[in-house]
Amino acid sequence: MVMEIVCPAGTPAALRAAVKAGAHTVYCGFNDETNARNFPGLNFDREEMRDGVAFAHAHGSKVLIAINTFPRAGNEAIWHRAVADAEVCGADAVILADPGLLDYAARNHPGLRRHLSVQAAAANADIINFYAETFDVKRVVLPRVLSVQEIAAINAEIQVETEVFVFGGLCVMAEGRCSLSSYVTGLSPNMNGVCSPASHVEYREDKGVLDARLGGYTIHRVGQNEPAPYPTLCKGCFGASDKTGHLFEDPVSLNAEQLIPQLQKAGVTALKIEGRQRSRSYVAQVVRNFRAAVDALEAGCPMPEGMLARLSEGQAMTTGAYKKTWR
Amino acid sequence: MSQSQASIPLFPPILARALRVVPLAPLSLSLTACSRNIAKSHPKLFRRLGEYDHTRFVLDPVDLPFVIYLDPNGGVPRVTVIRGNGDGAARISGPLAALIGLVHGAFDGDALFFSRDLVVKGDTGAALALRNAIDDAELDLSQEIASISGPLAGPLQQLIAFAERRTGVCLTRPEEAVAW
Amino acid sequence: MDLTVGPNQFFWSADRWTGFYDELASSPVDRVVLGELVCSKRLPFYQDRIPEAIATLIEAGKDVALTSLALVTLKRERKQTSELAEMGVEVEINDLTALPHLPEGSKFSVGPLVNVYNEGTLAWLASKGATRICLPPELPLASVETIATVGADLGVSIEVWGHGRLPLAISGRCYHARLHKRTKDNCQFACEDDPDGLDVRTMEGQPFLAMNGVQTLSDTYGCAAYQIDALTQAGVSALRLSPQSKGFTDLCDLYRQLLDGKVNGAHVAGAIVGIDDNIRLSDGFLTGDRGVEWSGNQPLTTPQV
Repeated sequence: MVMEIVCPAGTPAALRAAVKAGAHTVYCGFNDETNARNFPGLNFDREEMRDGVAFAHAHGSKVLIAINTFPRAGNEAIWHRAVADAEVCGADAVILADPGLLDYAARNHPGLRRHLSVQAAAANADIINFYAETFDVKRVVLPRVLSVQEIAAINAEIQVETEVFVFGGLCVMAEGRCSLSSYVTGLSPNMNGVCSPASHVEYREDKGVLDARLGGYTIHRVGQNEPAPYPTLCKGCFGASDKTGHLFEDPVSLNAEQLIPQLQKAGVTALKIEGRQRSRSYVAQVVRNFRAAVDALEAGCPMPEGMLARLSEGQAMTTGAYKKTWR
Repeated sequence: MSQSQASIPLFPPILARALRVVPLAPLSLSLTACSRNIAKSHPKLFRRLGEYDHTRFVLDPVDLPFVIYLDPNGGVPRVTVIRGNGDGAARISGPLAALIGLVHGAFDGDALFFSRDLVVKGDTGAALALRNAIDDAELDLSQEIASISGPLAGPLQQLIAFAERRTGVCLTRPEEAVAW
Repeated sequence: MDLTVGPNQFFWSADRWTGFYDELASSPVDRVVLGELVCSKRLPFYQDRIPEAIATLIEAGKDVALTSLALVTLKRERKQTSELAEMGVEVEINDLTALPHLPEGSKFSVGPLVNVYNEGTLAWLASKGATRICLPPELPLASVETIATVGADLGVSIEVWGHGRLPLAISGRCYHARLHKRTKDNCQFACEDDPDGLDVRTMEGQPFLAMNGVQTLSDTYGCAAYQIDALTQAGVSALRLSPQSKGFTDLCDLYRQLLDGKVNGAHVAGAIVGIDDNIRLSDGFLTGDRGVEWSGNQPLTTPQV
């Protein structure tokens, strides 16, 4: 079986670009706080979602709808409606993180396939089996804290499919278990679907030095002509004891392209690309690249050399937790 | 270290100097008319701006001797071209070719930003909304400009054609930039 | 309102650990959760002290619970998690992984590192046997109120973060090890030198976060001193105090007096910062625009260059 490429789409145009570029599957979200990329100008209204799913299906691609924030107490109906609408739109699956919402979907929409979002950070076989038994989850998106060996060990102990991130932004914290962003800005991935939101970003340029601030805290300071990473909290430059630097993570992005053969051996079903906030041009380039890689793998050819560095944050790459020394 | 997208060409200084004498009022009118055509044919573009649909954007092609105000005005946009720095809620600066390449989907905004070919100041959320809305609209500026009539239609089309020729090749064939 | 002492988040020596719980036995708290929350590598250093600490606390009339790890990935961590219930006290799950390992039908409590954001998840946990939930610190007061109302109907007590550096994130990577240019497997227990976490400052010198091995905490100490009336009205039945290395029993006394109406919030806040001049307070998650805000009069967000 050729490995499934799961691509991001923040807009209908990006969805079409991804499908045309060879995406087996596209994931996207509604234009509200129900999904974890609730950025200005992004995402799909109901009509766009229905059309997008129809377009993808007509071209033999699948659509997954991410409803992967944690419903706000007293307002669960918004999330319940999103699940119902996903089914009406013809989604091939919904990607959920909140146990309450999984329970709701399993009881009220049993025919709608459920994937466990990376935001649930299910990081071992016990909890994955528990999610599978309790909510009949068919696929788990693994958190970015595991090595390839650990992924292989997990797959040996579970029945459901696994999907792993291979490219794009990298959470250094266990996903869905981080409130750094709301501590500083009041808006968080779990509650609002945003991390280090642009609305709280401020750039100050002075004498060739660019300060990137978030909620009044300086996250980066770069000189003229240096790459300017987005001020994502966990990738900032800070000081502790007598040291200064990127204490949590460098402004790198994930590229596990060369690990695809190992991930296949580890039993992974699908390869996920991060970046619903990126442009249709980005999506098309990345998808083409990864599609070529899995097709080459299937044909027994060597992995093509990557061309993706330029699209990355700070233009540096990491294989993240897939290699154990990252920890 | 930094690998700026050095392949993005700058507008030729000689031509840029020539633009200093172009009367700006007719240019503003032409661009406003053009943006209203776009609003009609792509109503979703302005809807995507959401809360930013009355935000004044400053688009600053750093290689041209003017800046462009874009006021979405709730879907009835106004475009004003002025000399000098201009002032607005959100400013996006970069070479003309980068700005147009962004519109045409030839570039990824984040990538241009990381390489600092593109600089955002002011309300970053608004700039992001505009970027995303435009990316979704799949505009073809040369076609939109072609629909403009009047004395500026010719020069504007040439401007776009120039920039498009550049952006169309610069991702893969950077040496072309030198040839100019 | 009750006082619960949460599990110590930091790496303390076995003797400091034992001394802490011995002292706690005579302090006016109702409930103590202990055990290792953050890093499984720390546990062997004091594991053999746990049964005695439990016995001492129970003897002193406290309810006692044992926490699960916050992030379970390794085989030995799964084994540790599956054996939690064998200690014979209630388990507080801080990773849902612990849930399938609990004996069928047993009651359990849920710690602040499990994502309980709404009444749906509360009801689901209640159906599995949860009787007490300490909510994630990130929740605003409106959510706390909604959840506590439903909790009352379902027989689930609701607790909120009352005091201590806020647990903001957990990771697969150890930041203390990274700071010392070591891998996690060869960390040499770098976190042991920071009994309250290691201060992280911005490049302008502004206090920001604190690192604690694989955990990231706030620089500020969450403090519900000004929120007691609001929390009581919301139906919250317990405040969680998170252990710190200095003045913790004094702190328990202060909060007890506050709950009993003997002192006011300002008095408590003043006394807390008096314990250590490196303590800054926040309560913004409950009522502010963002977590770091503080409704007391202490200026917090100005850079201390």
